[in-house]
Formats: sequence, C-alpha cells, structure tokens
Amino acid sequence: MPDYYNLSSSMSSQKHTESSSSETHTIDPHLWVTHHADYLYNYAITRINEEEQARDLVQETFLAALERIDRFEGRSTERTWLTAILKNKIIDIYRKKSSGLKNITIDSGAEQNDQDFFDPDDGHWKKAHRPQPFGIEDTTDALNAKEFNSILKRCMQKLPGLWLSVFTMKHMDDESTDFICSELKVTPSNFWVIIHRAKLNLRACLQKNWI
Amino acid sequence: MSALKNIIYNCRKATFLIEKKQLSPLTFQEKVELRIHLTGCSFCRLFQKQSISINLMVHELFHTAKPTERGLDETYKKELQERIENELNKN
Repeated sequence: MPDYYNLSSSMSSQKHTESSSSETHTIDPHLWVTHHADYLYNYAITRINEEEQARDLVQETFLAALERIDRFEGRSTERTWLTAILKNKIIDIYRKKSSGLKNITIDSGAEQNDQDFFDPDDGHWKKAHRPQPFGIEDTTDALNAKEFNSILKRCMQKLPGLWLSVFTMKHMDDESTDFICSELKVTPSNFWVIIHRAKLNLRACLQKNWI
Repeated sequence: MSALKNIIYNCRKATFLIEKKQLSPLTFQEKVELRIHLTGCSFCRLFQKQSISINLMVHELFHTAKPTERGLDETYKKELQERIENELNKN
C-alpha cells in the first residue's frame, strides 16, 4: 500500500505526480484516528484556539466523512479530503461567531474604537497612541521572538470574533477577499474596515504589552 | 488640492492605505497620496514597518507550527476510533 499518510507539507508537491498516474487514493476509516487525528486537531486548534471545540470538530469531521464516504472519489488523498470537511466546519464556526457581533463592531463599537487612535478632527495619531519602536524590528533574537510570538497570540485572541475570523482566513489560509466576504457575509468595504481596525488594535496591543 | 491636503494630515487614511496595500494593489491616486503622507509622517512610517513585520510574524506563526506539536490524548483517540467502528458496523 502506498504511503499517503506521511504527507503533510510535501503534499502539494507530490499531488502532481500522484494525479498524473492512473492510481486513485484509497480510504480506510479503520486507520483514520491513527493517521489523521493529531493532524486535524492541530489544524483546528491553530484556527479556533479552543481545545474542547477543536476536539469536537475532529470527531464531527470523522463522522461527517463516514456519512459521505461513498462520495470519496480518490482524486485527492484521504487527508486532503478530511481537511476540506474540517475547514468547512471551521468556517461555519467563524460565521456563527461573527453573526450578531457584526452590527456592534462595525457600526458603533469600532467607530469609537477608531477615534481612540486618531484625533476626530484632523485624523492625526493621538499622542498616547502614536506608534513607538518595539525594539525588535531589526533583531533576530530567537528568545525575544518566542516571547513576542506568545504576546502576539494573546493579542490576536483579544480581537472581536468577526475581526479575528477575517484576519485568520486572510493570513492563515490566504483566502481571497471575495471568498471571505461571501462566506462571512461582509461587504468589501467593511472587509477593508475590519482589516484596518484589526491591525490598529493588534499593533496597539503589542506596543502596550511588549514595551 | 483638498484631497491632497486631506491625506497629508490624515494618519487614519494613511494607515488604512498601508493595510490595503499589503493585500491588494492601490490605485494610482492612492499610491501617490500614501507616498506623500509617508514622506512627512514618521509615525506612519513606523506603523508601516511594524504592520509588515506583524503580517510576517502571523504568517510564520500559522505556517511553521509543527503538525504534531499538540496532539489529542490517547484515551480520546481510542474512544473516537471505537465510535467510528460502531458507525461502520451499523451499515
């Protein structure tokens, strides 16, 4: 049996050679947990950051996959297929998290938030919010970087749900703007507003917690 | 002229353009406006530098995490496999 299971980052590069052969991919639910559970769990937790929810998602993914196992055509690997199912479930969660928050974050909350950074009259940085050097812009100190990363993670978790969903879809999965807008039901102009405000807040949080 | 004056003094707009630029191309006018603003505003120049490195760090954070860094615990996995076997036996 071909070893499809150890493919992860090398998956995309190997896909081509695999699909050019006449071979199709096999599927074996008896080995799903052994081969894919940890991978899927990591995929989920880096995107939603809640252990219990990530665990549930892995289970839901396997169960959903079983239900539609007859639709697996072997054109992609088992792992790619399972990951696609998981990804849709994650987007569902983003959508649920963001609905309801939308009006608050875009119309009122964020507007005020925005004015905190800039003078409402001339649009200048307010004195207290002016960017200051982090001091690590030009260094490659590994220890610093590690600590900075953990602050970065915490600061990201402080972003409102919809902002974080948009930010994650853009930066983690390199999704297109159109796709994000249609999946999360935001207009393109709100998309840019969210991207802008998410970054202003993220940067301010880093400045506050790092310096 | 008023549009030009508007951007020279407007850090809110400039930071918006800095974010937009990193994800999609700016129009010609936007490019000119941003360049003019950045020439005269050291805070937004710093913001741009930091914004670019934040995007890089976020990208690193998401893409270099090792697949098995955090695994599921074995008991949970065992129960999960049993659940799958049960479902399989139903059919």
